[in-house]
This record gives sequence, C-alpha cells and structure tokens, in this order.
Amino acid sequence: MASLWEYANPVKFMRLSGWLMPVSALLAAGLIVTGLVWGFFFTEADYRQGASVKIIFLHVPSALMAINAWAMMLIASLIWLVRRHHVSALAAKAAAPIGATMTLIALITGAIWGQPMWGTWWEWDPRLTSFLILFLFYLGYIALWSAIEDTDTAADLTAILCLVGSVFAALSRYAALFWNQGLHQGASLSVAPGTRMDWAYKAPLYLCMAGFALLFLALVLAGTRTEIRARRARALMTRERARA
Amino acid sequence: MTALLIRDLRLAMRAGGGFGLGLGFFLILAVLVPLGVGPDTGTLALIAPGILWVGALLACLLSLDRLFALDHEDGSLDLLATSPIPLEGVVAVKALAHWLTTGLPLALAAPVLGILLNLPGPAFAPLMLSLLLGTPALSVIGAFGAALTVGLKRGGLLMSLLVLPLYVPTLVFGAQAVSRAAQGLDGSTALLLTAGITAGSAALLPFAAAFALRINLR
Repeated sequence: MASLWEYANPVKFMRLSGWLMPVSALLAAGLIVTGLVWGFFFTEADYRQGASVKIIFLHVPSALMAINAWAMMLIASLIWLVRRHHVSALAAKAAAPIGATMTLIALITGAIWGQPMWGTWWEWDPRLTSFLILFLFYLGYIALWSAIEDTDTAADLTAILCLVGSVFAALSRYAALFWNQGLHQGASLSVAPGTRMDWAYKAPLYLCMAGFALLFLALVLAGTRTEIRARRARALMTRERARA
Repeated sequence: MTALLIRDLRLAMRAGGGFGLGLGFFLILAVLVPLGVGPDTGTLALIAPGILWVGALLACLLSLDRLFALDHEDGSLDLLATSPIPLEGVVAVKALAHWLTTGLPLALAAPVLGILLNLPGPAFAPLMLSLLLGTPALSVIGAFGAALTVGLKRGGLLMSLLVLPLYVPTLVFGAQAVSRAAQGLDGSTALLLTAGITAGSAALLPFAAAFALRINLR
C-alpha cells in the first residue's frame, strides 16, 4: 500500500493530480448544477422567508469552504514545517486566494440575504464580524506570500503566520461572541438536537456542499500544479542562464 | 539580558528614537475625534472607551517597524542571534523595551485623554488597568509581526496588515472592560480575558517570533 507521503514527490503528485483534478472538477460541476437547479426550481418557498431562502444553497457551502480552506492551509503549513514537503507549502499557497474568495462569496450572499430578511446589508453580528476578520487574515497571508521573493523563506514565514493566525482567528471568534449577540441564526445543520431543516432543503444543500468541497479540491490541485510548473520553469530558466 | 534591555531603552529615549511619538499620536487622535464627530458630550462618552483603545493600538503599531529593522540594518541583530542569550529571550526583552517606551506611557496618559473625551467617572480605573494589562500583548504580537517582515523593504505597511487582525481579541476584551464599567456594569470578566491574552501571547509568541527571525537571518 502506497503511503500518503509518496505524493510529496512532485512527479507523483503531478501524475495523481493530472487525473484527479479534472475528475473532481467534473463531479463538482455536476453536483453544484444539480444541487442549485434542484434547490432553486424544485423546492417549495419557505413559509416565512419566501423564495429568498434559496440563497442558502450558495451561502452555506461557501461559508463552509471558507473555514475549511483555512483549516486545510493550517494542516498543509504544519506538514511543511515538520516534513519540509514543498508540495504541501505550495498547496497552502494555492488554497489562500480560493479561501478568501469563498469568504467573500459567503459575505456577499449573506448581505443579499440579510437585506430582505433583517432589513440591513450589514450587521455587526458575531458570525458576520468573524467572517470579515477571517477575510482580513486571508489578505494578510496572501500579502506575505507575495511580498517575499525567496520561496522557501516565504513558505516558512507564511506557515508560522498561519499557525499563529489560526489561534488568533479562533480567539477573535469567541471575542466577537463576547462582544455582541447577533441576528444570525444558530446552526440548523448539526448533530445536536434543536430546530432542524427539512429534508426538502437539506438534500440539495448537501449536494451543493459536496460540490463546493470538490470544487475547492479541484481549484487547489490546479493552483498547486500551476505553482509546481512555474517553479520548474524558473529552475529551467536559471539553468539556461547559467549555461549562457 | 538586562544590558540589552537598558540598551534598547536608551536607544528609544535618545533623539530619533521615537520615544514620545506614540504619545503625541495618541493625544492628536483624542483631539481629532471630537473635531470629527462633534462636541456632544453624550456621544463622546459613549465612544470614548473604543476611541482610547483604538488609539493606543495604533500608537503601538506606529513604533513597531523599528523594533528589529534598525538592528537588522546595522547588523547587530546577527550579533544578537549568535550571542549566548537565546533569540527567544532577545525577542522578549525587545518586546518588553517596546512596552516600557510605548504601552506603559500610553496607559498612564490615557486617563488625561479620558477627561478630554468625557469618559464616565467609574471607567477611569478600568481604562488604566485594561491598558496596563492589554498593551503588553500588543507589544508581543507586534514583535511577532515585526519579526515576520524584518527583511522586507516597505515592510511597515505589510506589517500593519498582518498585525492588526491579530490585535482583534485584545481590542475587543480591553475596550469591553472599559465600556462595561462606563455603563456601570461589571467589567472584570473582560479584564481577566485581556490579562489572559497577554499571558498567553507573552508565553508563546516569542518562540514564533524567534523562529521567524531565524528564517529571516538565514
């Protein structure tokens, strides 16, 4: 049985991701299209929120991936710091802009949903605020990557920023709860008992969530492949220049 | 380590060291805010805790980019890195020196600015106490940010982008302690949480900052 660490070898990673990326992209497209069409056109409108509830099929999956992208970056950063696998550092780099975009999508769809429901585009609610702060963390992480020229230095520094940032992002989440009680509803998808969503909504929502997860996977693989290729091209160019 | 502390304090006090610049900034901010929002004392009393905390935070940020940059430019940081003191200790001492020259004066000056901003009477003691407990965290977190960006040209702007999100929990708890006291509530939970963040940052972040410094000196 091949160990997971074999894919730290860029050649093996490229071979694996060469077919995994298009497959997951196709699956993601299928799931998202099915989930959205089902969710938008084949579910009943909510008795209180009307049709505007249907933005949930974009809002929840993007929010889910916004947080999980950061978690993936944290794990990839740890792997880079402990085992020095370059693919891992490049995957963390590739995930950051995707996570930032997901955070932005969650914030914007939330604003569009909040306007008719709460009567406001923005509210300083703990969840909204912590997402905005998460977005700032993404911005800082991306800015640090782009500011440093030497790739190994950049990988090290961004990895340590990711570790420290994770602690402070979690602290900010609870600080925001302490600071203000908000409008945003609690979890309606949870294993704990309480008010739950009906399966009529849950089924397409789960499809969209799975689709977004696969979309994230495909995008991260594409980004990592681009980074690996760019690094190879740079190495080739250096060699050519050295020969000339 | 004491010698290093004294050296850093002296450097900060000398001309060009920037001692007092943070205080001046803090004062100007406390003057500009009423000019911006209007002289209504009720409004000012309401926003005073937040303004004072944000002001202290920005004043701290102002002097952070020189924390390691000067020593990095003239090469003394390399000497410090090879000295018998562990680099973690160097970071901790430098953060302490930064706090003594910015955070402590800010905390002591804050009540005066509280009068300017019409801060309610019962909030003065929590204001000073929360700043005393909270600003060390700002210095240590800032030292981490400065260590990340020490080798970079124009690292200052990037550093504020990195450091300000990290300041969020300290700001929330510190300002909450003051504004709860201003409304006549019990602010001690927020005060304890502020102290907790300071204790946690002071214990852990010097290691992260020293790690970043070693990479930048590589």
